[in-house]
Amino acid sequence: MSTDALAYDSKVEGNIIVTRVDAAINWMRKNSLWPMPMGLACCAIELMATASSRFDIARFGAEVMRFSPRQADVMIVAGTVTYKMALAVKRIYDQMPEPKWVIAMGACASSGGMYRSYAVLQGIDRLLPVDVYISGCPPRPEALIEGLLKLQRKIETEKPLLNQKPELIEAFS
Amino acid sequence: MTLAQTVEALKTRFNESLLGEKEFRGETTLTFKRDAIVEICSFSKQELAFDYLCDITSTDNFGEDPRFEVVYELYSMQTGQHLRLKCQVPEEECSIGSVTSVWKTANWHEREIYDMMGIRFNGHPDLRRILMWEGYPFYPLRKDFPLEGKPSEMPDIAFSDKAPLEGGPFVTSPSSATTKDREPRARHVGE
Repeated sequence: MSTDALAYDSKVEGNIIVTRVDAAINWMRKNSLWPMPMGLACCAIELMATASSRFDIARFGAEVMRFSPRQADVMIVAGTVTYKMALAVKRIYDQMPEPKWVIAMGACASSGGMYRSYAVLQGIDRLLPVDVYISGCPPRPEALIEGLLKLQRKIETEKPLLNQKPELIEAFS
Repeated sequence: MTLAQTVEALKTRFNESLLGEKEFRGETTLTFKRDAIVEICSFSKQELAFDYLCDITSTDNFGEDPRFEVVYELYSMQTGQHLRLKCQVPEEECSIGSVTSVWKTANWHEREIYDMMGIRFNGHPDLRRILMWEGYPFYPLRKDFPLEGKPSEMPDIAFSDKAPLEGGPFVTSPSSATTKDREPRARHVGE
């Protein structure tokens, strides 16, 4: 093969897209978010509904619910986080590989909800960094899908290369 | 045997332990000294056919003496009779006999009371906390425990913090006043 193939070639035109690596990585990440379904209360029922045929979260690439945190990208905290459960949730989050995101689904996961009590953690953001909060008690599946789309829009703005290996970028510059 | 006869049999048998009797809307409540509770329950099951223990629960009459009350809800599948037994438990000696030897279901009921109210059950085979974690230092359903909770810390197991009540309408003041006075619709914390 001559070096001509690297220059303009009408045979492969239309099959080549010029883009930035960051944009390509973001595009791949946001369209295959594997959720870790952290179902703790009634929100988990809506989470199941979101995954099933009527609402079909597979349309947005997030249908692969992983019950092993090591295979998951986004943790959906669906339900009331009690103090007894809180550190277990944290431990599961810690086992997820980077990059990882958290969706706080519903009033309880976001703020403790109606449980202003001795037993309930007042929002999972006291333990984990939360990317998207979804209101509702519980939120409808549409709301969860909207939250997922919000997360996708957030991922689009990230700079994975820069964030992942800042020392590498520094060495090159 | 009617309920009246059943109650009469229980009263005659444990006359020296009886503290009071109350009837309200067809429900009979007998109050006994706590020393005899296992015997009374055993008798109720063996002789009076109360084969089903619906529930054991407890109340905290904060500010009164004796402070606690343990309540046994008995039901007979054979005769359809319902009977309520109560035992008073003072704060200083916060324990009562376990009835797990009579009804096995009492096991978890008593664990819950121990967990939430701090009443110990003598002779219980496995008296651990059932809802809160082992090592949680408080008894959250006691009236002097604040609704917002108290901070606690057990490294790597669990922690707890105060919840922000923001003066919500769910603040109650422990007393024997009516519910209306104990729980006004809006009251600010510390008022």
